[in-house]
Amino acid sequence: MAKLESKIPSGPLADKWSSYKSGALKLVNPANKRKYEVIVVGAGLAGASAAATLAELGYKVKCFVFHDTPRRAHSIAAQGGINAAKNYQNDGDSVHRLYYDTIKGGDYRAREANVHRLAEVSVNIIDQCVAQGVPFAREYGGLLANRSFGGAQVSRTFYARGQTGQQLLLGAYSALMKEAGRGAVSVHPFEEMCDLVVVDGQAKGIITRNLVSGEIQRWSADAVILATGGYGNVFNLSTYARGSNATAIWRAYKRGACFANPCFTQIHPTCIPVSGDYQSKLTLMSESLRNDGRIWVPKNAADCDKNPNDIPEDARDYYLERIYPSFGNLAPRDVSSRAAMRMCDEGRGVGPGKRGVYLDFADAIQRLTEDGVRERYGNLFDIYHEITNENAYKQPMRIYPAVHYTMGGLWVDYNLMSNVPGLFVLGEANFSDHGANRLGASALMQGLADGYFVIPYTIGDYLATQKPGSRPKIDRSEFAQAEENVRGINNRLLGINGRETVASFHKRLGHIMWENCGMARTKASLEKALKLIPELRAEFWQNVKVPGTGATLNQSLENASRVADYMELGELLCRDALTREESCGGHFREEYQYPDGECKRDDDNFGHVAAWEYQGDDKTPVRNVEALNYEFTKMSVRSYK
Amino acid sequence: MVAENHTTEKNINVTLRVWRQAGPSQPGKFVEYKASNCNPNMSFFEMLDVVNEELTHAGEEPIAFAHDCREGICGTCNLVIDGKPHGPHKGVATCQTYMRSFADGAVITVEPFRAKPFPVIKDLITDRSAFDKIQQAGGFISVRTGAPQDANAIPVAKDAADLAMDAAQCIGCGACVAACKNASAMLFVAAKVSQFSLLPQGQPERDQRVLAMVAKMDELGFGSCTNQYECSAACPKLISHDFIARMNRDYIAATFRQTFKPKSAAVAGGA
Repeated sequence: MAKLESKIPSGPLADKWSSYKSGALKLVNPANKRKYEVIVVGAGLAGASAAATLAELGYKVKCFVFHDTPRRAHSIAAQGGINAAKNYQNDGDSVHRLYYDTIKGGDYRAREANVHRLAEVSVNIIDQCVAQGVPFAREYGGLLANRSFGGAQVSRTFYARGQTGQQLLLGAYSALMKEAGRGAVSVHPFEEMCDLVVVDGQAKGIITRNLVSGEIQRWSADAVILATGGYGNVFNLSTYARGSNATAIWRAYKRGACFANPCFTQIHPTCIPVSGDYQSKLTLMSESLRNDGRIWVPKNAADCDKNPNDIPEDARDYYLERIYPSFGNLAPRDVSSRAAMRMCDEGRGVGPGKRGVYLDFADAIQRLTEDGVRERYGNLFDIYHEITNENAYKQPMRIYPAVHYTMGGLWVDYNLMSNVPGLFVLGEANFSDHGANRLGASALMQGLADGYFVIPYTIGDYLATQKPGSRPKIDRSEFAQAEENVRGINNRLLGINGRETVASFHKRLGHIMWENCGMARTKASLEKALKLIPELRAEFWQNVKVPGTGATLNQSLENASRVADYMELGELLCRDALTREESCGGHFREEYQYPDGECKRDDDNFGHVAAWEYQGDDKTPVRNVEALNYEFTKMSVRSYK
Repeated sequence: MVAENHTTEKNINVTLRVWRQAGPSQPGKFVEYKASNCNPNMSFFEMLDVVNEELTHAGEEPIAFAHDCREGICGTCNLVIDGKPHGPHKGVATCQTYMRSFADGAVITVEPFRAKPFPVIKDLITDRSAFDKIQQAGGFISVRTGAPQDANAIPVAKDAADLAMDAAQCIGCGACVAACKNASAMLFVAAKVSQFSLLPQGQPERDQRVLAMVAKMDELGFGSCTNQYECSAACPKLISHDFIARMNRDYIAATFRQTFKPKSAAVAGGA
């Protein structure tokens, strides 16, 4: 059994982080910092901000990305905004309120101390980004503008049109380039992490495959940071980039890092519906649209095929406003997604296949004029038009939920260190701050909090225990063994020469996951998935076709190696969902609900983190438990009514 | 930018002439492939996915092409379709190009972005790391994490912030370079320079930034501006060539100040 010590400091909630920082954490002196090498894998918000900040502090940093440049990471696609408890609007916001909204939004499955720290540093993030030249939206007086987002009753979301993620990422990227320019960080593009090297129980290096040359290389370091994002592509169709993958965290899991709460996956309510079998990805329509758009379906199923503009007002069911009068169209994501699913299950869905609901801007256009709506959301309306060939200024958008984010991830303690000492996990790749459901505009906040304001302090606490210059040489047997493992996987994939493509297997896996472990799950559906996935995996390893060789750029091989990991991760996800016999946040088990369809938690039996520990292929992993001790906030029934 | 599209509901057949090149130093050539029965609502990449599935089944190596987010923001995609970087429509990236933009029976030529500083790695994938090098030369504000003042202590006029945002939208794809007969990177560099020079935060390093980034651009083999603005026309974010004029003004001013501005004689040091 793994030892899961959360290392949450004692003391009052609001003082934990500040007193921990100033008292408990060990420091590394400036002359020693340059003797330590840190590997950062990934350069999204968390990775780029961590790499840049650690380099500023004086550590030697190597940053690895599989993209052609660090600026491509999928943080770039986040649209709506970033939360911060600045209370610039004077509407009653505070650190405590942001903390409370986040922990409630997460359905009381996150750690109190982590979430409070996140809310505390949120204000520093905005300061930092503005100083970097991030062009946030402004009011006429020159001050920063805000908008509101789901799950909150205050306006605390900072934004840069519909491209907030892009602007924040480019800010972090510019900081990374600043450090790379002066030689403090070496950036390694096209270099994909394929294994973690553990020496004497501590993470001391990685193995990478160069995606251009095919070369497999060993890298040693004093500590390894994974900031490689989430695993939503296990569902195949999602709002993730096609290249987003779970290989780094999955292979770290297979080296002993515990995987926490894999079943906490987020389905985003406002995405463009699937249009055909060829579909390769789903596109998000920012949650910010719910500020001004109204969601509805026809009251009568018979009206579903009509032109929406011909359906009179009294024949429309604005179901979010009806069911959740106090939050209305701004109900949290999990709640809104399931409501859309229920409407479609009742036969009141619209569009092809009847899996869609309307997001209507007619009222907003009347209130703000078409130009007013264009100023706020123009680029989103353009994206919608590009994809659907429909004009959302003239007829309502059609939207449907899609996989968007994963709250689960590698288990980390309060220092963001996994149970493998020396292995740190940041951003979406860890499990720590969002509980069972993430609120909108909180992913950007967490990524940057981890990278700019948490890891720079906490990594020193580990490095101070490591003798400077003691990192292992890459000729050690642990490196050789890990390299052999990577070569073995790739050679096996290349040698099968079967009849079915990688993409086809991925599609089939995604279908099993979405049907049986998607928005609603049951014991029966999960047991079915747990039978189907191992069968599909066996078939994959017998019949997959990967053309070409490993010695050049080979996208089929890259995908095959990632899908091979999804074939295992998907099973763990379903196993976790089956074991968690309650509904909470994004994890909805049909057996556990209130009569009105809301989540029914079981705090007594499941008020904990489930951290899965790998035991070997074909062996059932061990389910470790970290109890969630709510000292300051009462775990109550989450209500948005 | 909303593109005007053929409104066809019928599936179409097209012929592709695709640039295939096994490696950086190997010769390349156009190879023809058929793409049959394409749904008009398919993206261009989804059509290529289907072609690649067929190639794999036929035992051939699929066409290597760069893509990631498939929603027009990451800047990874870099195809020249029928001679136009990012394809027939203004204001979109390759990944936002849909089959409804092509006529039934069309012959479509597909190449990678072509420019000396962007060497081909394989088929349709190019190496655009030159952009990172330009960025490293000065595309940042030197602020350390944790040091800044309160965000609202730096008011920024809304017009300036909006204009800075127009420039900051650049996705770093390199279409501007591919569209320019001189392979100039002026629009890319101007966008970054302008974003910072429009904001108060960017002022302290304004001169050295523009001088360093332009010098690096020249050093890496990008050409000079032709003043024909093909770059803006090809830009998926429609970034205006006005920013090039703004950069040129900044550059000239910086050059003068560099020469005539008094500099402190003191060297770094102290207790």
